[in-house]
Amino acid sequence: MREPLERKAIVTGVGQSQIGRRLFRSDLDLTCEAALAAIRDAGLAPDDIDGIAAYPGPVPSPPGFSGPGVAEVQDALGLRVSWHMSGLEGPGQIMPIIQAVLAVAAGLCRHALVYRTVTESSAAADTGRLGIGAGAQEIRGFGAFLIPFGAMSAANWLALYARRHMHEYGTKREHLGMIALTARRHAALNPAAIYREPLTMEDYLRARMVSDPFCLYDCDVPVDGSTAVVISSADVARDLPRPPVRIHAVGTALRGRPVWDQWEDLTTMAARDAAAHMWSRADLKPGDVDTAQLYDGFSFLALAWLEALGFCAKGEGGPFVEGGRIALGGELPLNTWGGQLSGGRLHGFGFVAEAVRQLRAECGARQVPHCEVAVVAVGGGPVAGCMLLTR
Amino acid sequence: MAVFPRPVPALEPHTEAFWRACRAGRLEFVRCTRCDYFIHPPRPVCPRCRGRDLTWTPVSGRGRVFTFTINHKPWFPGQPVPYVLALVELVEQQGLRLTTNIVNCPFDRIRIGMPVRVVFENLTDDVALPLFEPEELP
Repeated sequence: MREPLERKAIVTGVGQSQIGRRLFRSDLDLTCEAALAAIRDAGLAPDDIDGIAAYPGPVPSPPGFSGPGVAEVQDALGLRVSWHMSGLEGPGQIMPIIQAVLAVAAGLCRHALVYRTVTESSAAADTGRLGIGAGAQEIRGFGAFLIPFGAMSAANWLALYARRHMHEYGTKREHLGMIALTARRHAALNPAAIYREPLTMEDYLRARMVSDPFCLYDCDVPVDGSTAVVISSADVARDLPRPPVRIHAVGTALRGRPVWDQWEDLTTMAARDAAAHMWSRADLKPGDVDTAQLYDGFSFLALAWLEALGFCAKGEGGPFVEGGRIALGGELPLNTWGGQLSGGRLHGFGFVAEAVRQLRAECGARQVPHCEVAVVAVGGGPVAGCMLLTR
Repeated sequence: MAVFPRPVPALEPHTEAFWRACRAGRLEFVRCTRCDYFIHPPRPVCPRCRGRDLTWTPVSGRGRVFTFTINHKPWFPGQPVPYVLALVELVEQQGLRLTTNIVNCPFDRIRIGMPVRVVFENLTDDVALPLFEPEELP
């Protein structure tokens, strides 16, 4: 096979803004903080940046969700770019990273700044977290078959998947709980995480229900924060101050029906397709992965990704997460920064930042020893994208 | 089940007939006349055989609970909770599902695989929602 094009690009920089609850800072302010940190981290100056991309861009969305558009950020930072894009539809929240990889590999730009910014915590400060379509009189599009019935959140849509998984495979709440507890243990080692105090299985099982089987601790925590990365052409690697992180393979496939309630096998997700696609482009195998940074907007999603990526057989995600296997020191440390469950809902990019830092051995107390291969996977239900990163 | 002020599905080109049929007390789906595939949500082409000759076809309104969840969180201020959400798979075709509410059934009696039948809740003069109740009332 011809070498996959994604290997012509590397991650050279990563930066994050202040991350927290109810910061009441503007999304543009947070984005500029993260962007400048990422550019500095890459050993570059803003004038070196000649590409910019973001998820999802200025699209109609719930308050605090979309962050600033790329035109706004380009203007604020005074960038002159050869390539730019934002978008919502694609292989999950890392879609603009994959696009930037392709743009760099195609020679459209040399150093692309890619960011994801949320201010969902501040946005919900006065109202609490509202459902999708809350307050609307009329619902258009795909939501018309969900929202009038009260299925107003991805928590509802995915709780339906999780219960089907429990029904077919005997997966238990305690298995989902292990994902949440492990994330919390890891968050204790991450000074930037939101929730760092210990969480016990008893706490977990007694927590209030959101949409069963999902309780409070199965759902990620809305935050304010921005994460930025710099994607560069691989031929600059030797000139940079930090070890380059290589993009070994990406997974972007979507082969099932991309409709939440019509997905053929609810015990899988689009993760199945993206993961298979990624491995088909890789020279590595699941056994080569040193740490997995898997989307946990809901605990169940990480479990489904473990199965999709082939770390265990289909249906065996529950038993797989038992016995410390996914904790630091275990066979496959999962979401070592605390994930979105305890680290904060940075919407996909928190996993990217952690994978890069683990591969560079910058993670201090939570460092995975000899970390050479990391997998990042984002999305849930009919949305999925993933990539293998290497040192 | 608690009733809440439901937003109303918009009457859009491909979906209007679905909601109007519900309002007339019939559950109908677009069906491909060539390969007999039921297509939901409604589309202008059959995704299986790419046939373009589609027709609105009534179904029995019978199905089984494929999966369900009890929602406990109010998604807007004052929304009554809890309520049950389910995917019901219609008997006519594997994978033909509706997101819906199960009504006339205590929460603790709902089971995956439970036979259910459609009932309609009228929202406007044009639109009703297809809800489901147990075939055998508990």
